[in-house]
Amino acid sequence: MMSTTPAPINPSSSAPAGEGLYAITSSRVHMPGQNGNGTAKREAGKPRPSDALPNATLIKWLRDMILIREFENRCAQAYQQAKIGGFCHLYIGQEALAVGTINSLNHDDPIVTAYRDHGHALARGMSARACMAEMFGKSAGCAKGKGGSMHMFDKPNWNFGGHGIVGAQTPLGAGLAFAAKYELEVMKRSVDGGPAKKKVALAYLGDGALNQGALHEAMNLAGLWGLPVIFVVENNRYSMGTAIERGTTMAHDLKQKAVAYGMEGVHIDGMDIRNIYDEFKPLVDRCRENSRPAFVDLLTYRYQGHSMSDPQKYRAKDEVEMFKSRDSIALLEQHLLTERKCVTEADVDKIVAECKAIAADSADFAESAPIPAAEELFSDVYAEIVPNLSPAATYVHGEKNPLL
Amino acid sequence: MPQLTLVQAINSALDQEMARDPRVVCLGEDVGLNGGVFRVTEGLQKKYGADRVIDTPLSESGIMGSSIGLAMGGMRPIPEIQFEGFMGPAYDQLVNHAARFRNRTRGSMTVPLTVRVPWGGGIHAPEFHSDSPEAIYIHNPGLKVLCPSTPSDAKGLLLAAIRDPDPVIFFEPKRVYRSFREEVSDEDYTIPIGKAKLVSEGADITVITWGAMVFQCLEALDKHVPEDASVELIDLRTLHPMDTDAFIESVNKTGRAVVVQEAPKTCGLASEITTIIQEHCFLNLKAPVQRVCGFDVVMPYAKLELDYLPDAKRIAEAIMQTLAY
Ligand SMILES: Cc1ncc(C[n+]2csc(CCOP(=O)(O)OP(=O)(O)O)c2C)c(N)n1
Ligand SMILES: [Mg+2]
Repeated sequence: MMSTTPAPINPSSSAPAGEGLYAITSSRVHMPGQNGNGTAKREAGKPRPSDALPNATLIKWLRDMILIREFENRCAQAYQQAKIGGFCHLYIGQEALAVGTINSLNHDDPIVTAYRDHGHALARGMSARACMAEMFGKSAGCAKGKGGSMHMFDKPNWNFGGHGIVGAQTPLGAGLAFAAKYELEVMKRSVDGGPAKKKVALAYLGDGALNQGALHEAMNLAGLWGLPVIFVVENNRYSMGTAIERGTTMAHDLKQKAVAYGMEGVHIDGMDIRNIYDEFKPLVDRCRENSRPAFVDLLTYRYQGHSMSDPQKYRAKDEVEMFKSRDSIALLEQHLLTERKCVTEADVDKIVAECKAIAADSADFAESAPIPAAEELFSDVYAEIVPNLSPAATYVHGEKNPLL
Repeated sequence: MPQLTLVQAINSALDQEMARDPRVVCLGEDVGLNGGVFRVTEGLQKKYGADRVIDTPLSESGIMGSSIGLAMGGMRPIPEIQFEGFMGPAYDQLVNHAARFRNRTRGSMTVPLTVRVPWGGGIHAPEFHSDSPEAIYIHNPGLKVLCPSTPSDAKGLLLAAIRDPDPVIFFEPKRVYRSFREEVSDEDYTIPIGKAKLVSEGADITVITWGAMVFQCLEALDKHVPEDASVELIDLRTLHPMDTDAFIESVNKTGRAVVVQEAPKTCGLASEITTIIQEHCFLNLKAPVQRVCGFDVVMPYAKLELDYLPDAKRIAEAIMQTLAY
């Protein structure tokens, strides 16, 4: 084979199986729990930051994750019933990642993400109704029903959105961090007149986005200018049908990508939400305090196909099963049931039932919400309607286009 | 002759040309193992190997740039960009390099590549997945731009594109991908780049269009325009360089014209066609040339999609107004 087969450049010799957070051998992943390595191995007796959190906080995490899963299940159903058009990328399997990272932030720390964005939107506080209505293309959706699954924007919750061009959101994350730094260091107040705060921006990206030029420019700028932005790689091992080691160099040790851009790089097991908090929260605090960027490789997994029409020829069933056996919701549930003993099975069942009800309600709401009026076609292109562009403000749907 | 969809016809053209010419290489995101997002390259990697049907990383700039290098090095690369909206990251390579290299090197180096790009709306998807950006690329000298509407045209034009000495953008109307089948010859045949197709002959008015809009125009003629109106329908097939003779001759005969495009109205190809008509047919025109276009807005998602896209009724209305002028 020629150069199109990845390998010689990957110094796999420097990454013997079982080292680092996980190691890949013949396209298989060894989870931290299995090989006894990585962040799962903690010094005995060393306190975990998450241990200090009250029960209510962890129960809230569990609830947030279950809500995302039930919401996504309901989406899948709606998609099959042709209620959702175009594309729909589910977050099932990755719940701990959005919930864990977002709960390591302040509410007014900005985030920006890619198109697999329902989970972040819900974790950041968007109502399930607004999220589902958007997917149904209804005017009650967060983007007025004009965007769909990839367009989850929520300004009040500092969510700067889902983005359909892979990687394009990462420089925006750097820019959001730049704005916060500018408020703090140049204006010495916030743009709306309040005191300036030390903020951290999160720019989420998939492992596929690692290969886009935009990311590398963003990382260089962030490193150069000391922007408090964290590039959070949601490493679910696949970019559509392309396994990570077929698409990117140094797949076994992604944090090396951070080195050249002068920023801290870390690997985190993203299936265990307590572990995410333990590792990620201190990193957020450091970036905030020192106004520095960071790069995080968070190992996660999507249980479903890339989108709703994906035959998944590219991965083995037992790989999916392996990740499911470390399901993030089950892990936290176990912790709360058996270690903290702060919930009962009945409590968990109740949470699940409530989340199912919220998801069902969101779909009912979306179903009965009105479709956008045809005039919505020409709103929001410019701040003001621009005369002589088609259709003009006077254009009424069904009537003759005045410019015809 | 086999009955093929647009997807199958393109696949068969790629297959034949890969068999015929070892310099032909297909590359793009998931084109190999998965056969591409629309399954256009299905089966080709199995047949020609991973060295010739190459799964790339998610890197449009890299895909386009390395295709240019391959072409400069003597190969015949056929990069696939998954959707027209993702040409953004590849734009610099395509427009500033592929398009201008022949000129920049004063003809000593050339870039014979064919970029395949699913194009246009009608599949209920939002922006980036439903846009029609042909005018942007037509506007840049050095690129040829094709947009076939039928399986047999697609095969002949794709073979011509791959053998063309200059960079060609091959836009594939997604809405047509699996919408119908027709007989497509097994033979090796090309359709010349720059030749329009007369879809129906008529005496009273000329309708000029391309891509999926051909079928909206046919529906307009079928259902909404009275039978006594004699309409000449032209499918451009090649958007650049355009077959201007075909529609100039036609409009000089009919004296009336309607141009139909999916893209937003302002500065679209329809504007250029309208201008050419007034330059060459002015004294024969019996009515102002009308344009039926998408609106000057961002392509909306699902529920508003059909309000955006020109449909048979809007097209018929313009035809009737022009006839009645
Ligand atoms: C620039 C660009 N190229 C291609 C696509 C098509 N596409 C959408 S998602 C995707 C895979 C992305 O994988 P990854 O970044 O790992 O995210 P994941 O789907 O795993 O969440 C591709 C190729 C796109 N949206 N944008
Ligand atoms: Mg991925």
